Amino acid sequence: MFFYMKPNYKSNWPNGSYKEKIIKFIFLTSSILSASIVVFILGFMIILAFPVFINGLFFDMLSMPWSPDHGMFGILPMIAGTFCIAGLAVIISLPISLGCSCFIFLVNPGKSGKFLKKIVEAMTAVPTVIYGFTGIFLLVPLIRNLFHKGSGMCILSAAIMLGLLITPTMILFFIQSFSLVPENYLNAVDALGGNISQKFFYIVIPNSWKGMITGLILSFGRALGDTLISLMISGNSTAFPDSVMDSARTLTAHIALVIAADFDSIEFKTIFLSGICLYLMTATGVILARVSVKGKIFNNGHD
Amino acid sequence: MKNYRLKSIVLMAIFLLQAGVCHAAGLDMFKGVKPQVLRISGGTAHIPVMKEAAKRIMKFNPDIQIIIAGGGSGTGIRQVGEGLVDIGNSGRRPTKREIKKYGLKMYKWAMDGVAAITNPQNKIRALSTKQLQNIFSGKIVNWNQVGGDDNPIDVYTRDESSGTRAVFWKKALKKSDITTRANVVVSNGAMKTAIRNDPFGIGYVSVGFIDKNVTAIALDGVKPDMNSVKNGQYKVARGLYSNTKGVAKGLAKKLIDYLMSPEGQKLVFHKGFIPVR
Repeated sequence: MFFYMKPNYKSNWPNGSYKEKIIKFIFLTSSILSASIVVFILGFMIILAFPVFINGLFFDMLSMPWSPDHGMFGILPMIAGTFCIAGLAVIISLPISLGCSCFIFLVNPGKSGKFLKKIVEAMTAVPTVIYGFTGIFLLVPLIRNLFHKGSGMCILSAAIMLGLLITPTMILFFIQSFSLVPENYLNAVDALGGNISQKFFYIVIPNSWKGMITGLILSFGRALGDTLISLMISGNSTAFPDSVMDSARTLTAHIALVIAADFDSIEFKTIFLSGICLYLMTATGVILARVSVKGKIFNNGHD
Repeated sequence: MKNYRLKSIVLMAIFLLQAGVCHAAGLDMFKGVKPQVLRISGGTAHIPVMKEAAKRIMKFNPDIQIIIAGGGSGTGIRQVGEGLVDIGNSGRRPTKREIKKYGLKMYKWAMDGVAAITNPQNKIRALSTKQLQNIFSGKIVNWNQVGGDDNPIDVYTRDESSGTRAVFWKKALKKSDITTRANVVVSNGAMKTAIRNDPFGIGYVSVGFIDKNVTAIALDGVKPDMNSVKNGQYKVARGLYSNTKGVAKGLAKKLIDYLMSPEGQKLVFHKGFIPVR
């Protein structure tokens, strides 16, 4: 019997392993391909930005203003603009997201909380051009009339609109990390007669802050990477911003504006350097988020 | 009675047929064109004329599909040179290098001026070249320095790819600086919207875009309109070009021929530009 089965087993096995090998190969290639694209893009940008490096323009680009008519191609004002707008957007969005997620998770997890969560989920699907459009026709005139300084196309307007854009992401991340807090902790607070704010500040936040930081960093990354809102609302001036009422240009908007220039010109080559900067900024954000997630899993394992 | 009605119907039919023929005179060349797509991009000043022409052509022959995108003159020239579009519009003459590199053939079908514009609420109606230079370079920062009310000036400009910017910078600002504090918008349409919404703003658009929503500023005493551009009094003028890679052929040639035809030139005039024929 055993003897009889052996050839059968043998004839089956190489066949199976062959299939398995093919499948393994397909999965491996596709994962290597998708991972290598990320590396290739960076390499591609570095190669295309190479003329800038060898001409010794690299450090000039970090110190000079942007004025192609005078042969100056500095992108520092854009880097500053990007950080100001994205940072302010996170600052604006954080308290709103915190309050909203607290309401959905703790204050009223029932009907109205669920309803609010549905709305927040729907908000993630709103295209950015809608925010940009609304910003131009509603927010910009409001800011201009409110502060009487500048055109209303400024860091503040763009940051408010971007804050609105990243709020749903942040809320959903916060709720996600809140729900990982062990339920018996919450029950213990109830048993001790603690109120909602005590529960929120002493139990929920200390037990989920790592997940919240992940959400915060990813929302910041989203604000960094958004092109359309800043292109439409922030005014795109190339001056170094002094106040939140100043018009400023983000790196993404800068790339979108300069990409139309002549392919052989230096300004066209410098946008690859802008791309590299943006790439590194976003990559740093993602790595930070990964590290904080790892910390969280480790922590939960010990709980 | 019956006979009478029949007669009137026949008469009406003849009348309608004739009207139809009259209307379609310039469009006749699009008869029997095989289903195809024509892609156009580039200069944003061209868009009103291009859109109307495309609408008429596509209505006349539904087999033809015309796609129009903006992007600015620089984009138009590059995209047509690289073969991404069939026609690349530019609001400036392509440079010698661009013509040589891509083998471009240009067709000028309209004249146009570029005018400084402000919000109608602003009482300033005229500026000198010197004042305009100082405003755009950021040396004058308040409207009361040029005789207006005490309000800060918001300067708007276009991106580097814009032909409108190139012409305005060269001919109106005489190549003086544009402040880095200026807001940057990406099309003639966006510029008009921005100035319409900003009571303290100043920017510049193609003369064809000027209507009651914005005020055209007289430069050194010459008011920019179709007449002053046509007779050469208003100096900040340029041609509107459609460029093709090599000599235009096929549907691209037909579209350019249509713009050059009496009907097309009438359309150019109605959209606020100066016909070349």
